[in-house]
Order: sequence, then C-alpha cells, then structure tokens
Amino acid sequence: MLIFALLQFLTPAMRASLYIHDPKQLVGLADIIRKYHLDQPVYVQYWDWLVQVLHGDLGWSETAREPVADAVRGYFPATLELGFYSFLCILVFGVWLGTTSAVHKDKVIDHFSRFTSISGNSLPTFVWALVLLMVFYGHFGWFPPGRLSLEADQFVRTSQFHPYTGLMTVDALLNRQWWVLWDALRHLILPVATLTYYLTAVLVRITRSSMLETLRTDYVRTAQAKGLAQKVVVDKHARRNALIPVITLGSLLFVGLLSGVVITETVFNFPGIGRWGVGASQQLDIPAVTGFALIFAGLLVVGNLCADVLYALVDPRIRLQ
Amino acid sequence: MSAVRSSAPAIALPRPVAPPRAAESGWRRVVSRFRANPMSVLGLVIVAFFIATALLAPLLAHPTQRNPYMIPHEGYASDPRPPSPGHPFGTTEEQFDLFYGVIWGARTAFVVALTVVASAVAGALLLGSLSGFYGGWVDEVVMRVTDVFLAFPGLILAVVIVAVLGQNVRNAIIAIAVVEWPTYTRLLRGEFLRVRDMEYVQAARALGSGDLRVIARHVIPNTVYPILILASLNMGGIVITFAVLSFLGLGAPPGYADWGQLINLSRNWIAGTPGHALEFWYTLLVPGTAIFLFVLGWNLLGDAFRDIFDPRLQGSR
Repeated sequence: MLIFALLQFLTPAMRASLYIHDPKQLVGLADIIRKYHLDQPVYVQYWDWLVQVLHGDLGWSETAREPVADAVRGYFPATLELGFYSFLCILVFGVWLGTTSAVHKDKVIDHFSRFTSISGNSLPTFVWALVLLMVFYGHFGWFPPGRLSLEADQFVRTSQFHPYTGLMTVDALLNRQWWVLWDALRHLILPVATLTYYLTAVLVRITRSSMLETLRTDYVRTAQAKGLAQKVVVDKHARRNALIPVITLGSLLFVGLLSGVVITETVFNFPGIGRWGVGASQQLDIPAVTGFALIFAGLLVVGNLCADVLYALVDPRIRLQ
Repeated sequence: MSAVRSSAPAIALPRPVAPPRAAESGWRRVVSRFRANPMSVLGLVIVAFFIATALLAPLLAHPTQRNPYMIPHEGYASDPRPPSPGHPFGTTEEQFDLFYGVIWGARTAFVVALTVVASAVAGALLLGSLSGFYGGWVDEVVMRVTDVFLAFPGLILAVVIVAVLGQNVRNAIIAIAVVEWPTYTRLLRGEFLRVRDMEYVQAARALGSGDLRVIARHVIPNTVYPILILASLNMGGIVITFAVLSFLGLGAPPGYADWGQLINLSRNWIAGTPGHALEFWYTLLVPGTAIFLFVLGWNLLGDAFRDIFDPRLQGSR
C-alpha cells in the first residue's frame, strides 16, 4: 500500500520530465537533439532520465550556473528553515485558535477566528506579503527582505563562521554569533508570518468544526458530569480526539505549505528552492524546473508518510485494520 | 423515441402537477435561506458588482487601443503617480492607468475563471461519465491519474506547465485547467455512480433509452448542483492562481489588464521614498483590494450555495 502511494506521488515529477524534452525538440538544434537522444521515443528518454536521476544526476542548471543537484543542495536549507518555523507557528496558532473558538462558540474569539479564516482564504498570499513588507519594511524599517543583511552574509562566508547545517539560525547558535542569529530571525519573521496567516486560515476551520463535533459527544458530557474542570475536559478529552481528522488533513496543509513557500520566497527575495524554481521557469531552464518539481514531489512523499505514521501513532484503531 | 414520449404520460400521470409546486416552494426556500445569512447576501452583492463592472468595462473605461485588454499609458515616466482627476486610482510605473487596469481586470478575471471552469467541466463530463457510468478498468485508470494530479501542489504544477509551454495568458489558462480538472472529474464520477442505479435511470433504460440519452437527459441534469457548488467555490481560487502566475511573470505580460500583473508592477515601489514610506500605497492596495473582494465574494457565495443545496457538505471543507 505504501509503495503504491509512493509511486503515485513520485510520478508527477516524472510526468513533468516528459513534457520537458518536447520544446527542446522544437527549438533545439539537430545535433543537440541527437547528442541527448531527444529524437528517441518518449519512453526511452524517460527511462534514460530516470536512470540519471537514480544516479543523482539531475542535469545542468543554466540559471544557477551549477549542476541542478548542487543548486538544490545549496538552496534547500533556506527553504527547510522557513518551512519548519512556519509549520511550527501554524500548528501552535491554528490548533489553539481552532479549539479556543470552538469552546467559546459565538464569543469574541470565535468571531475573530472566523474572520481570520474567511479573510485568510480570500486574501492572496502575495498581496498579504507585500502589504506586510510595505508596512514593516517600508514604513518601520524593522524587518528587511532577503535572508541575511549584507554584513552578516559576508561574515557567514568567512572562515570564522563554520556552516554546520546550512540552517542560519542553528548555525549562528552553534557558532555563538548572537548578532547573526538575531539578523537571521529578523529576516524570517515576515515570511513566517505570511505563511502562518495563510495556512492558519485552513487549519482553524478544520480544527474548529472537528472540535465542535467532539464537544457534543457523550464522553465529553460524561467527563463534565463527573465534575472535571473544563480545562481538563478540553485538554485531555476533547482536543486529543478532535485532532485526529486534523492530522488526516495534515497532508493538505503540507501541500499548501509547499505552494505558499514558492510565493513567499519570491516576494521576500528569500534564497530558497521556491524562488530558484520560479526564476528557472521564467527563463526556461528546463533541467532546473524538473529538479524543482522532483524535489517538491519528494517532499510531498515525505510529508504524506509523516502524516500516515502520525495518524497510526495517534489513533490506535488504525493499526487494527 | 416517439414510443418513449407517448408512453411517458400514461405511466407518470401525477408528475406534471407535483414537480412544479415542489420546485416553487424549493425556490422560495432557497431565497429565504439565502436572505437569512447576511454573509451570503454580501457575497452576492460583491459578485454582482464585479459582473456589472466586467460587462460595463467599455463604458466605464473607454478603450483607446486596438486590444482593449492592454492598458493605455501616457509616456514612460518611471515613477507611479498618485490619484488625480484624469486617473482616479493613480498610475503604476510607466504610467499604466490603474483605474483602467482594475476595470478591465475584472473582465480578465471572469474570462479566465469561466474558461477554466468550462474546460474543466467539459473534460470532467467526458472522463467522469466514462469512469462513473461504465466503471471497470477505465474507471481505475482515470481515478489513478486524478490521484496523481491531486497529490501534487496545484500552483507548482501550473508553474511547471507554463514554464514548458511558454508564458502568455492562453497557456496560463491551460495550465490552470490542467490543475483543476481532476477535482471536477472526481466529483462527477461520484455523482454518476450515485445516480447510475437510481430508479428513474432504470426506468429510462426500461423505456429503451440508449446510454447516451440516459447520460445526457437523466444523469447530467442531476449533477448540476454539485458542479455549481464546486465551481462557485472554485472561482476565487482560479483567479488567485492566475494572479499568482501573472505576479511571478508567468501569466499576463506587462501592461495587460490583470490584477496580478498590476501587483507585480507595484513590487519595486513598496518601500516608498525616504521619509514617505507609504507614498506609493495605491499601486499595491488598489489591485490588491480588487482581487481580495472578488475572491471574498465568490467564497461567500460558494459557501451559501453549499449550505443551501447540499446540507451534507456543511463544514466538511
């Protein structure tokens, strides 16, 4: 079952690769076509490409001026950092807001969360991101775009700074360079805020309706009748069960995060995979686009796998089936 | 064919009386339920406003160029200019008129969204009916293909498709349609499965109708509401995707009357000038508000349709 799912999720990138050789056939010169076997039938090309990929060779990216695999390796930590912090904020904020608004239905907090969810669904990410930039960078000058300021960036490249992981915040901690840490955080706040707002809207909706349903069940009423404190009922009884459907939709959230990362990175000039992929698409850098699609497909597989495992861990009934 | 028509009234004599009354009270119920929720009314008002704007675009903003979708611009001065009598919403860089862009942008939004929905529904009707009505290996293949499409982030798929096909409005529409069709196909397949074995379909078959007639006359009309709900919920999403593509430089070209493209033109100006950080607010907020209201209107209207026509779906999305 799992392998079947894996195969399913991998194919989009492969399919992308199928498209990919075609424009070259139209535009490219005859020798190029012969050299790369582009005149072969699609399935032969596809097989060659697959073999290459399995050997870790994704081709040469014209826009990054390095092999695609290296470019991905270089850009990936930035995306991971952004995605990780966003995911954390989304989970904490979304679950908190969702449960609180369900418990206090029709109160101020509930109206606030419903407003967040409706407006977050309607306001395009990039408009929201630009508004944030206008206010907090243009007006206040607090949070600049990019990943690091110029001095920090130059310092990071010197031998005094050892890149352990590529994650700027973690590296700064390990190097005990507090000002670099602060600089990196300053650049992360706006993109993370953008992604959080956009995806919290989705999560709040799900959590709220699931929580409302759970609060109506018999065992919650029993717990209340036993005289348990409302806090205990909510925390120990209701929320845990309400979160099960939320985990199922976690993969949906992950898909949203991947799309959101592309937009956010482009707007904030954040040097991650998303921005690189968009740049590559604009300039018809086909191997780079393939690599980009492949990485996202891979991330998706990992995300779905995590969701499945988590699901089984949380809900013992799943294992019985 | 004539045999069917002559025998039908004899079998279902009470029917001509019953359905119209049911439909009338149903309609009244729809209106009253619609009125009950102020958000639904707000959504309808917003959408109606945009429809009017799109229809009246040539009157509201008179086109001066051969292609009315290209925004007229006076000169090439690089700095945006604030709202003034000649330009009620101001101008962007290179003096594209924001008012004209927003008005005709409404048209672009409708053209894009309706084209995408129409082609997605057309594809879905073909594949969904094959898949749902006949089942078997066709069903299996179609459903696995939709699985693959649905698993991949739509925006990224659209970006990749446009990158490969080339950057223009038509290809952006194609890309979005490719992203959207699986949802419609799945929905239609489910509806076909549900309706396929219903008694009235069996009755139609018993009366000698062929597959095509059963599908066209009996099955499809019963799948209209779910499609309507999905399409209205989807309109906003399609327009956002198109705006994102334009914003990323993969959709409408510079100067095209499209909201995403206008927002892209504002990107260089968000920081303002020293001392006047918010000086160029209109370049971002005018098209941004337009797109926000459009999507909000459709989302509210879609929610309303869903609540009215299909109470089962409440809160499930």
